[in-house]
Amino acid sequence: MSPDHETAVVCRGVTKVYGEGTSAVQALRGVDLEVPSGELVMLVGPSGCGKTTLISVIAGILDPSSGQCLVFGQDLAAMPQRHRTAYRGRSIGFVFQAYNLLPSLTAAENVAVPLLILGHRRAEALRRAHAALERVGMPERSHALPAQLSGGQQQRVAIARALVHDPKLVVCDEPTSALDADTGQRVMTLLREVAVAPDRALVIVTHDSRTFHFADRIARMDDGRIVSVAENAAESSASSAEPSASSAEPSASSTRSSP
Amino acid sequence: MNFVALKMLIGDKAKYIGIIVGITFASLLITQQMAIFTGLMTRTYGAITDLGQPDVWVMDPKVQFIDDIKPLQDTELYRVRGVEGVDWAVPLYKGLLKARLSNGNFQTCNVFGLDDATLIGGPPEMVEGRIEDLRRADGVIVDEYGAAGRLAKPAATPGGKPEPLHVGDTIELNDHRAIVVGICRVQRTFQSQPVIYTTYSRATTYAPRERKLLSFVLVGAKAGVEPLELCQRIENATGLAAQTREEFKWTTVTYFMKYTGIPINFGIAVLLGFLVGTAIAGQTFYNFTIENLKQFGALKAMGAGNGTLLRMILLQALLVGLIGYGLGVGAAAMFGLLSRTSELAFRLPWQILALTAVSVTVICMLAALISIRKVVKLEPAIVFKG
Repeated sequence: MSPDHETAVVCRGVTKVYGEGTSAVQALRGVDLEVPSGELVMLVGPSGCGKTTLISVIAGILDPSSGQCLVFGQDLAAMPQRHRTAYRGRSIGFVFQAYNLLPSLTAAENVAVPLLILGHRRAEALRRAHAALERVGMPERSHALPAQLSGGQQQRVAIARALVHDPKLVVCDEPTSALDADTGQRVMTLLREVAVAPDRALVIVTHDSRTFHFADRIARMDDGRIVSVAENAAESSASSAEPSASSAEPSASSTRSSP
Repeated sequence: MNFVALKMLIGDKAKYIGIIVGITFASLLITQQMAIFTGLMTRTYGAITDLGQPDVWVMDPKVQFIDDIKPLQDTELYRVRGVEGVDWAVPLYKGLLKARLSNGNFQTCNVFGLDDATLIGGPPEMVEGRIEDLRRADGVIVDEYGAAGRLAKPAATPGGKPEPLHVGDTIELNDHRAIVVGICRVQRTFQSQPVIYTTYSRATTYAPRERKLLSFVLVGAKAGVEPLELCQRIENATGLAAQTREEFKWTTVTYFMKYTGIPINFGIAVLLGFLVGTAIAGQTFYNFTIENLKQFGALKAMGAGNGTLLRMILLQALLVGLIGYGLGVGAAAMFGLLSRTSELAFRLPWQILALTAVSVTVICMLAALISIRKVVKLEPAIVFKG
C-alpha cells in the first residue's frame, strides 16, 4: 500500500504526555498506525490504553508530544490553529459517545450544523440535512428534538451529522457504548452502510467486542502502544449479515506487532 | 451560526428568562433612579425654567443657587438699567413666607413678587384666571398643586377630602390678607412648597421688614446683544453677579450636587442596580455556558473557530441585553407615567436612555466575557471525555 495516496491516516512514532514532571502521564508511547482509505478501522483495547487520545491526535484536536500524524498527507499539528480548525470542519466528521446533539435544535438542524460552520446558507444546509437523515433512515423524525428521540435514533442523527458535509475521515468515539446490544448492532450496520466509501476512512474507538466484526482492520492497543493490527476475516460476512456470537472476536488473518 | 446561537439560548428557557430578568432589573433600577435624580435636580431650578423671559439674572455675587437669597438694594435696579445692551430690567422678589390656613396651621410658601408694571416673570401657564388679575387689590396667583394640596381648605364634612383653593378664596400671608385671583401651573419646587405669585410692591409688604428686599434683577438683552456678553458688561459696571438662564440653572444644580448627598445616594442606587444586574446576568450566563460547554466543545471539534463561538456568545448577550433593556426602560417609563400626578420627581430625557443602554451593554459584555474566556480556552478534546 502506498502511504501517500491510498492511506488516509499515517501515524509515525506518536507520543502524548499529559502533565509535567512527576505527575506526567504518558498516554501514547510511540504509536505507528496506517488507516487505508475505504476501510473501517477499529481501535480496541482496555480502558486507559490511549485509544481516545490517539483519535484526538488523528482528528487534530490534540497535539502529539512527538512524532507525526498525517491525515490525507496533511500534518494537522504543524498547521496554524485556524487552518487546522477549518480543515477539521471540511474534512473530518465526528460521532461522539454521548451524541453531543444540541438539545434545543431539531434533528435536521443538528445535522445541518457542520454545513452552517462551513458557511452554507441555512436553507441549503437544512435541505442537505434532510437528505442525510433520509440516508440514515430517519426522514420522519427530522423535526424532533433530541430529547424526543431514543438513544439509537440520536446516534443515527449524530451519524447523519458526521456525514452531511461528505468528510474524508470519520472518527467515532465509542458510538455504541451508550446503546443496548441490538441498537448498537443496528447503529454499526448503518455506519458500515452509509459511512464506508472508497475515498473515505473510518476510525472507530470501541471496547465493545460485539461490534468488532464490522471492522476491516482492528488495531489493538495496550499501555499507549499498538500491539497488533489484524485484518478482520469476519468483516465480509458481517457487512451483509446479522452478527453472531462466534463472530464477535476478530480473526487475525494477518497480524503485525508494533515495534 | 447565528441561528444556532439564538436557538441554544432560547432553548434553555429557565436560564434565558433568568438572564433577561437580571438585565431587566438592572435596566429598570438604573433608569428609574437616574430619572428620579434628574427629576429632583430639575426641580432645583424649576423657577428659573418657569421664568422664561429674562436673558440674564443679576444677583449678589455671593448667591450660590436660586433659593440662596442675598437681597440687593433697590438702587441696583437702576444701575443695571444703565448698562449698555440692556433692553429692560425689572425687579423680582423671591422669598419664603408663611401662609396661615383656615384650620389655623401655617404653611411656608415660595412667594414671587413680579414687576408691577410688566408682570415679567409670571407663571408660564394659567389654569384659572389671568395674570393681569394680579393688579386687583390683594391679588395672588397660587399654583395648582399648592391649591389642591398644602393650601387646600379643610373638608366641609368630617373625614371628607380637603377642598382645593379657587379664584375668590382668601388666604393669609404673613398676617396680610391675600385674595386668590388665579390658579397656575408651574414646575414643582425642590421642597414641594406651594408657589404664590403677586406683584413686587405687594410682596414687599407681605415680607418681613428688612432693609433690602430686591432678590434678583431680571434683564432682557437688546436685539443683537449676546446674553453672555451682556453678563460681562453688567458685572463690570455694577460689581454684581450676572448669569444667563442656562448658567444660573447649572450654578443651582452644581450647588445641590456639591453640597447635598443627593448624587451620592442616587449614585449608590444606580451602582447597586449595575452590580446586581451584572451579578445576576453574569452568573446565569456563565452557568448557561458551563452547561453547554460540551456542546461548544463539539462545535469546536466540528470546525467552529474561536471567532465563530465568540460571535455566537456576543449575539446571545446582545439579544438578552436588548430584551432586558427594552423591558427595563419600558417598566421605568411606565413607572414615570403612573406617578406623573404624584409628588415623585421623575424625568426621563434621552440621555438617560443612552446611559442605561451603555450600562446594559457593559453588563452584557462583562457577562459574556466570563463565558467567552471559558469557551476560548476550551479544549475540543473535552467531547471525547465520556
